[in-house]
Amino acid sequence: MNNPHDNRNEVVLIDGGRIPFQRSRSGYNDLKAVNLSRMALEGLITKSGIHPSVIDLVVMGTVIQEVNTSNIAREAALAAGIPAEVPGYTVTMACISSNLSLTSAVEQIRSGKVGIAVAGGVETMSDVPIRFPRSFRKKLLAAQKARSIGDYLSFLFSLRPSDLFPDAPSITEYSTGETMGESCDKMAAKYGVGREEQDNYALRSHQKAAEATEKGWLDDQLFPVSFPPDFNLIRHDNTFRADSSLEKLAQLKPAFIKPYGTVTAGNSSALSDGASAVLVASRPKAEELGLKPKVAFRNWTYVARQPDDELLIGPALAVPRLLDEAGLTLDEIDVFEFHEAFAGQILTVLKALDSNKFAKEKLGREKKVGSIPLEKFNSWGGSLSLGHPFGATGTRLIATAANRLHHEDGRFALIAACAAGGHGHAMLLERVEES
Amino acid sequence: MSLLNIEKENNVAVVVLDDPEEKVNKLSEDLMEEVREFLEELRGDNSLRGAILISGKENNFIAGADLDMVRNCEDEEELKELAREGQEILSEIENFPKPIVACIHGSCMGGGTELALACRYRIISDHRDTKIALPEVKLGLLPGMGGTQRLPRLIGIQRALPYLLTGKNMYSRQARKLGFADEVVERNKLREAGIQAVRRYANKKVDRKDRRGIFEKLLENNSAGRLILFSQAHKQTARQTRGNYPAPPRIIESVRYGYRNGLRAGYINEAREFSRLAFTPESKALINLFFAMNEAKKMPDEVPTAESEPTRPAGGTGHAQKKSPAREVKSIGVLGAGLMGAGIAEVSAEKEYHVWLKDLELEQAHQGKEGVYETLQEKVKKKILTPFERDTLLSRIHPADSYEAFSQIDLVVEAVFEDLDLKRNIVAELEENVSKECIIASNTSSLPITQIAAEARHPERILGMHYFSPVQKMPLLEIIKTDQTAEWAVTTARKVGVQQGKSVIVVNDGPGFYTTRILAPYINEALLLLEEGAKIEQLDTAMKNFGFPVGPLALLDEVGIDVGAHVADVLSEKFEERGGKTSKAAKRLVEEGYKGRKNLKGFYSYFEGRKISKEVNEEIYQYFGGPDRKNFEEEEIQFRMIMMMVNESLHCLQEEILESPRDGDLGAILGLGFPPFLGGPFRYVDREGPEEVKDLLDEMVQDYGPRFTPAGLLDHYASKGELFYKE
Repeated sequence: MNNPHDNRNEVVLIDGGRIPFQRSRSGYNDLKAVNLSRMALEGLITKSGIHPSVIDLVVMGTVIQEVNTSNIAREAALAAGIPAEVPGYTVTMACISSNLSLTSAVEQIRSGKVGIAVAGGVETMSDVPIRFPRSFRKKLLAAQKARSIGDYLSFLFSLRPSDLFPDAPSITEYSTGETMGESCDKMAAKYGVGREEQDNYALRSHQKAAEATEKGWLDDQLFPVSFPPDFNLIRHDNTFRADSSLEKLAQLKPAFIKPYGTVTAGNSSALSDGASAVLVASRPKAEELGLKPKVAFRNWTYVARQPDDELLIGPALAVPRLLDEAGLTLDEIDVFEFHEAFAGQILTVLKALDSNKFAKEKLGREKKVGSIPLEKFNSWGGSLSLGHPFGATGTRLIATAANRLHHEDGRFALIAACAAGGHGHAMLLERVEES
Repeated sequence: MSLLNIEKENNVAVVVLDDPEEKVNKLSEDLMEEVREFLEELRGDNSLRGAILISGKENNFIAGADLDMVRNCEDEEELKELAREGQEILSEIENFPKPIVACIHGSCMGGGTELALACRYRIISDHRDTKIALPEVKLGLLPGMGGTQRLPRLIGIQRALPYLLTGKNMYSRQARKLGFADEVVERNKLREAGIQAVRRYANKKVDRKDRRGIFEKLLENNSAGRLILFSQAHKQTARQTRGNYPAPPRIIESVRYGYRNGLRAGYINEAREFSRLAFTPESKALINLFFAMNEAKKMPDEVPTAESEPTRPAGGTGHAQKKSPAREVKSIGVLGAGLMGAGIAEVSAEKEYHVWLKDLELEQAHQGKEGVYETLQEKVKKKILTPFERDTLLSRIHPADSYEAFSQIDLVVEAVFEDLDLKRNIVAELEENVSKECIIASNTSSLPITQIAAEARHPERILGMHYFSPVQKMPLLEIIKTDQTAEWAVTTARKVGVQQGKSVIVVNDGPGFYTTRILAPYINEALLLLEEGAKIEQLDTAMKNFGFPVGPLALLDEVGIDVGAHVADVLSEKFEERGGKTSKAAKRLVEEGYKGRKNLKGFYSYFEGRKISKEVNEEIYQYFGGPDRKNFEEEEIQFRMIMMMVNESLHCLQEEILESPRDGDLGAILGLGFPPFLGGPFRYVDREGPEEVKDLLDEMVQDYGPRFTPAGLLDHYASKGELFYKE
């Protein structure tokens, strides 16, 4: 781990935030992912006041790529008025894609290759690439070689109605064919996380998001946007339901496993659109540019396991490893920001961390990691309520944790997230004292 | 020195036009001489099958004829001879036994276009920088080397006239469609395409299809049809120029003459008309304006230093300040996202500045950005911008409702409501939020900068940047400096203005500075005339006939009667001190709720933001002595109005608000629409004669009162018979 007292190598977060998250097919229904990314980069520049010519690198994360903008970091940076001389690349690692874009940028800064970078992520579920089925794609490609009328006729006669059924991307594990909701439902059952518990947690998430929005705690991370044709200003997330209640949640039917499942639309994160971005720099670079850092990046870890019935347990594996590396215990963490894929998933993770059995069997440790006090946990809402545009969530967690450290006067923040493929990630931030 | 580099490739002479001493190629006597020599060589060299003409410059073929050629001619006869010589060389090119092909990339203007027209075949690049034009009309001239003869014969009379009469650009797509270009290719393929064309047409005629429509052919192919056509063109031109510009009717005549009397006679006539026009005062004024504008568009580091300049008030270019290096500006703050603020943001973002557009409410700031989107969208529709370029440009405008990002900004222009206390508060706020090096500029149109800066901790970085509305279209920026403004700040602001595409004048501080100061007595006179019983439409028509683009009252409606009243308020004391009579009507009108176009209530009636033509708001006469109106002599109106403005300009020079007559002329023409063909207030005095102007003013004092008392400065010029411009 980096020596936290060695300022030269230290990488700091200057500022960060996101465009308001919107339920899919609502506020950003007419926009493409590249527009959302552009607006996040624009918002970051608008807020921080930096002239983009000082930026050395742009890295973005995304999950479902639009083929025309597969390197979306580059297209978005160009569109956002960042000089053409600033390179940009795109990374992907399911729901932790922007955690990866961030750590990728931080590593480049630590190595001395760049001084200041933008990292972020984007996702839109309002515009996903819907393809023709493979059978039809094959016929089309073959037809490119058609020369004679006979060739064209045989192409036409080869077509079947089923060729035209569209093939939309789904949120399933490629290796197992299982949807994430199914996996989560099974995992929650295995760890004894019940329906009521899940609904309770989901309700809390929505209430916290509503409270944070109302009190203006999120304003510092929200980049208001307006866009053609009518330029209506969007200032807030439209993803949470302030008026939700346990009764309403209880009425919902299981979404994945019927009839005994516990995962419902109400205790899952909704499909949403959004983009986020953060500005990171080496400490000397920040000083040179007169920029005030919010937090410093300490260590982080990526873990992976078999993508089976504990597909989304990743954070419970990553957190202990990270704490051990940093030489810290849970008590020393002031702010927890965990990605909430499903209420069942987050509760399972919390339960696992607080379980001696899990510690022995899965972590090879004598004692459990500990219990996380809920008052320090996702207290401004989480993915369940704020929405989860896959590629954008990672840097949202970072911006939120940084702002909360200042708001709650804490020192260390712990970020964790699960991701498809059996991945998990955890990261430690330390507040930078105002000089 | 050689202007042509001749290479040989595949039995074709590749003639590269490249003036080693200039950024652009110009059609000069030297160039023509070299072309003549080259033609001799080409004629004698049996290994060569033809030639291509191509430019060695980055973005221009030939940027036009060298205007010094025109300016250095003693008389019409000499100029006519010069034009004839040019015509003869072009005719030689046209009739040359071997094909000569023009390969054009970048701007191709005036003489360059005429040279291209004489070539056997024209290939142009598909680049957006490629534009073809015959802009002579803008200088009060006509294309004198065959342009009025060859263009109509190539693309048709009705299609050629608009280009000849307005000087507008023809882009690649149009050039192909109209048939000016025989081929359009990628810029890097010009040379190869040219060489192949020479080889293709070495022994073959170029077969061009007539691209005119059937009705165009019917009308143009017989003399009766052409008669109708030319008479229509004359009528339309007369309507637009109101007889003030001699060139357009001569252009139509030149085309007509060639069709009636044949090409040869057409060329001779064209050269004669060209030299006649060049010696009209209108053309001289327009050419001088052209040079003055170019001068005012130069970067501060290109402006000559004080030592090389004639001293005031002897005319010429007038940046008699010592230079200090401009500081780098990358980020600009604009306060107030109204029409003005958004306009400033747009012209800045267009030049790659990043702009923080702040207003009190974020919604307003975003609306300002929406306004920019609307104008950019127009360009997208016309294919001047791609949607991606539009987004990129728009991304450089950052709406804000706080000063959060302002510590990183290099220059702030405030475009808030005209109120001294408000502007002082803004200065105080900015001093809390911007760095010490950040320039603070006020876009006030009348408040003295010294007063705005009175309580500032760092008055040295405070100045005025007076833009004109609509900012995207109006070519002037008036920079106002105070006694305390630092030179680096002025130089930096000038550089930004030039970047934004403006012609910049720098004036000294005072109420209304220069442009507003001379506009106020002009508008005042219009209001006094109304009080005396004049009609709104007669006033506006009279000044339009005089050469202003809009009449004074329509202008007051556009600017806002409230703004006018405010200006009158700031300036009336000054005029009254000199014994001037000032109208109080504007103030009264504002009290009665008349604000002009913005609230659809002014000297004209407006309907949903569109002016209904000739719909005078008769109701307003009740504030000007009742509905009984009378006719004035048009000349009386014109002289009273224009002399108020001209005399005030003289005061400005006398009080050293202006540093040179040139700045005064540019400011009046580009900022206020002073008739360009008159050259501006100072050139106007020179043209009429200082003594005559003084006598006229003295007479007007008798007739209309002491507000016409000539500026003291005029005595000096009148008595010595000196002119403001020495050349």
